[in-house]
Amino acid sequence: MTEQNLSLARTLPCDDCTRRAWLVATLAPNLELAWRARRPLRDVLGLADRTLVDCLAGSAADALLKRWEGLDVDAVRATWGAAGGTSVCRHDPRYPERLRTGPDAPAVLFCAGDPRRLRAWLAGPAAGGMPAVAIVGTRRPLPEGAEFARTLGRGLAAAGVTVVSGMAMGIDAAAHAGALDAGGPTVAVLACGPELAYPKSVASVHRQLVAEQLVVSELPPGATPWRWAFPARNRIIAALGGATVVVEATERSGSLITADFAADLGRDIGAAPGRAGSPRTLGSNRLLAQGAAVILEPGDVLDLVCSIDRTSDTPPPVPAGLEPRLQMLLSLLRDGGQPVTQARTPEAAEAARVGLLELELRGLVRRVPGGGHVAAG
Amino acid sequence: MLATVPTFALIGIEPRRVDVEVDVRPGLPSFTIVGLGDRSVREARERVAAAIVNSGMKVPQQRITVNLAPAGLHKSGPGFDLAIACGVLAASGVIRPADLAGVAVHGELALSGEVRAARGTLVVAEGAQAHGLEHLLVAPDRLGEANLLDGVTGVPAADLRAVVRVLSGGPPTGTATSSPPGAEPEEADHTGPDLIDVRGHAASLEAVTVAAAGGHNLLLSGPPGTGKTMLARRIPSILPPLGPHEALEVTRIASVAGVATGGRLLRVRPFRAPHHSISSAGLVGGGSIPRPGEVTLAHAGVLFLDELSEFPRGTLEALRQPLEDGRVLVTRGQQSVLFPCRTMLVAATNPCPCGYGGTARCRCTTHEHDRHRRRLSGPLLDRIDLTVRVDRPTAEELAAPPLRTSAAERERVAEARDRQARRLAGTDVLCNAHLDARLLRLHLALDDLAERQLARVYERGLLSARGRHRVLRVARTIADLAASDRVHVPHLLSALALREDTGADEEAA
Repeated sequence: MTEQNLSLARTLPCDDCTRRAWLVATLAPNLELAWRARRPLRDVLGLADRTLVDCLAGSAADALLKRWEGLDVDAVRATWGAAGGTSVCRHDPRYPERLRTGPDAPAVLFCAGDPRRLRAWLAGPAAGGMPAVAIVGTRRPLPEGAEFARTLGRGLAAAGVTVVSGMAMGIDAAAHAGALDAGGPTVAVLACGPELAYPKSVASVHRQLVAEQLVVSELPPGATPWRWAFPARNRIIAALGGATVVVEATERSGSLITADFAADLGRDIGAAPGRAGSPRTLGSNRLLAQGAAVILEPGDVLDLVCSIDRTSDTPPPVPAGLEPRLQMLLSLLRDGGQPVTQARTPEAAEAARVGLLELELRGLVRRVPGGGHVAAG
Repeated sequence: MLATVPTFALIGIEPRRVDVEVDVRPGLPSFTIVGLGDRSVREARERVAAAIVNSGMKVPQQRITVNLAPAGLHKSGPGFDLAIACGVLAASGVIRPADLAGVAVHGELALSGEVRAARGTLVVAEGAQAHGLEHLLVAPDRLGEANLLDGVTGVPAADLRAVVRVLSGGPPTGTATSSPPGAEPEEADHTGPDLIDVRGHAASLEAVTVAAAGGHNLLLSGPPGTGKTMLARRIPSILPPLGPHEALEVTRIASVAGVATGGRLLRVRPFRAPHHSISSAGLVGGGSIPRPGEVTLAHAGVLFLDELSEFPRGTLEALRQPLEDGRVLVTRGQQSVLFPCRTMLVAATNPCPCGYGGTARCRCTTHEHDRHRRRLSGPLLDRIDLTVRVDRPTAEELAAPPLRTSAAERERVAEARDRQARRLAGTDVLCNAHLDARLLRLHLALDDLAERQLARVYERGLLSARGRHRVLRVARTIADLAASDRVHVPHLLSALALREDTGADEEAA
């Protein structure tokens, strides 16, 4: 047998897992009903195949069971294979060790991107891999929230920590984008087939993730996103991260579901503090009140996953060799000033505007929507 | 008996000669107007008949046929009344046909016989000039407009009796000739609002000058009540005065639109600020009889759109092509009409829904920012070269002396415009804002350092290809303001700092 055949054999999920994954995808509409009836998702997904069909399929249970028994697993695997990407089952050595959290763990993990990254990025330090952190938060963040998520993503990825998130709009996409800024590693967990760019507004992030990073899902290629699939993928995000960081969450945010899952699994939880009294950050602030770690910078997350004590809290250094006028601008900006607005004469405003542009070109300043500037983290 | 009286119809802002032919012959008494007149033309019959009778003359009890030639042209408006009445009087022998030679007639009639002013006298005078008609019979208060052009003398007549008297060589009535005949170019009066009234706004003033110097479209972004409208209103005061040709065009448009011109050439650049509830036809021109829209009324001046994001998208889309071409073609079933609209667009908008975007007080989510920008972005923003924030001046700034005066800025702008005009002599482009890709390459003169700097910025993804053009045009203008033949790094950086908010990545997505 040639090496190629060998590797091909290894990419295929086993029969049992194939049946299971097929069943979950086929039962997606029924799971939607169960989810709306507020059945605990992890318990439902933890049921054995036959019980699952009995519980969910109702009158169609018998017919479905027959189809399940007579399933042509080779044909199913061939369909998945033809859609591109790789499928990795629970019995595959590449399956992330941390994801084996119980009977509800996905039977097959569908990947878009290089599957070798699974082992390198998600195996966890226990299995000799890198640490991983889940970053989650609201889909509609404040600009500062999105900027902070980006900073976290960039800092963690640069430190060699895998950034896991859900590629939703807002915080998720910003965390991925930050990690992409640093060249990865980052992994997105989707609530639909891994090849599907959902939501469309982050299609460019998806494109980049598939090309350079990794996108995984428990649903096979072609599966469309159901509402139950979002909390379901949150359990995968929580399981894959050695710690879960909530950046900005309202009281009823989906990211709190992720934090709950993470707490169930005994993983560390961190949260970025928000303004007291603001409904936008009430959820994340509650987490802090309940004892989550305070996250003020990427280093705080490293403390969580690497358990290293860091006590210094020096402000980000002003890059050496910066001209004094630019240094002044930068420190004014870091103190919350708006140099252009505060200028007294048209000439001074012009100078400030040009100075900010120069800082922007050096990557020290970013423009924010609405025409202002903030110091990049 | 047959009589012919020349007059002119307004097609857009162009005159089109119309001969009013009146035929009076024995038969059952009747009065018919033919020649594709609309209702207001057909109703002229009643006005003319009443006016003649009330002036103590007689409408012949015969068969009267009035033809407006060319018969294929749709005509509208009451401006033909006086010509028809003259025709009827000539055909019935009250006026000698010889007295009507070389006289164009334009005016509306009241039932009493009084001659009323009609829209577009200046355009009619132009037609008279083109057709070699030396006299133009008008209402007394349009005498100034009728006298504006060389070779045409206005003849005022207050009512029909006066018309008969004047045409038979009597002294003209209502001789309140306020302005002597001929349009002498006088020094433009800048009585409009002046920059000297502005306090603070250090950050926006230079951008306003740059925009005026290059004719660039400008977007003012800032919270409500910070002075965006105030700044925009002062832009005409720093633009160079209207040239003789432009002045004539502007006056013509005003005359057709029925805006009072005071009987003299307009020397002040127009400033138009339509409300955002305006229709597309109101903005770019239209109607079943095409009339100029706001963009044409702002020709050679400033079109100010406050609360840009409130304008319906379709309306703004309609504005795109006219801004690009400098003229609007309004096509309606029977005719299409070309209006000039080389105007400078100044738009104002809130930076975000809450209005405090870009400051710590802004409480809008990124999603709301995106939505706000999507409302704005798109084709129209592509035509806007400069964006500048306008913030609330502090109390201290309000108490400080003004930073700039219109007179000084006007001089800088005029010098920069002169440089552009010299460079662009021989092309139909007047200012940097209208440089296309080819002309830009030809006249940019970017120095090597600036070239490298630009490449660096472009590579960093801070600019789209289109955005790059916009920045270069503005950089050229900033160099012109600095009286520099080449565009150096500081000019380029200033232009980049004033670039529009949306980065390259967003335009690509």
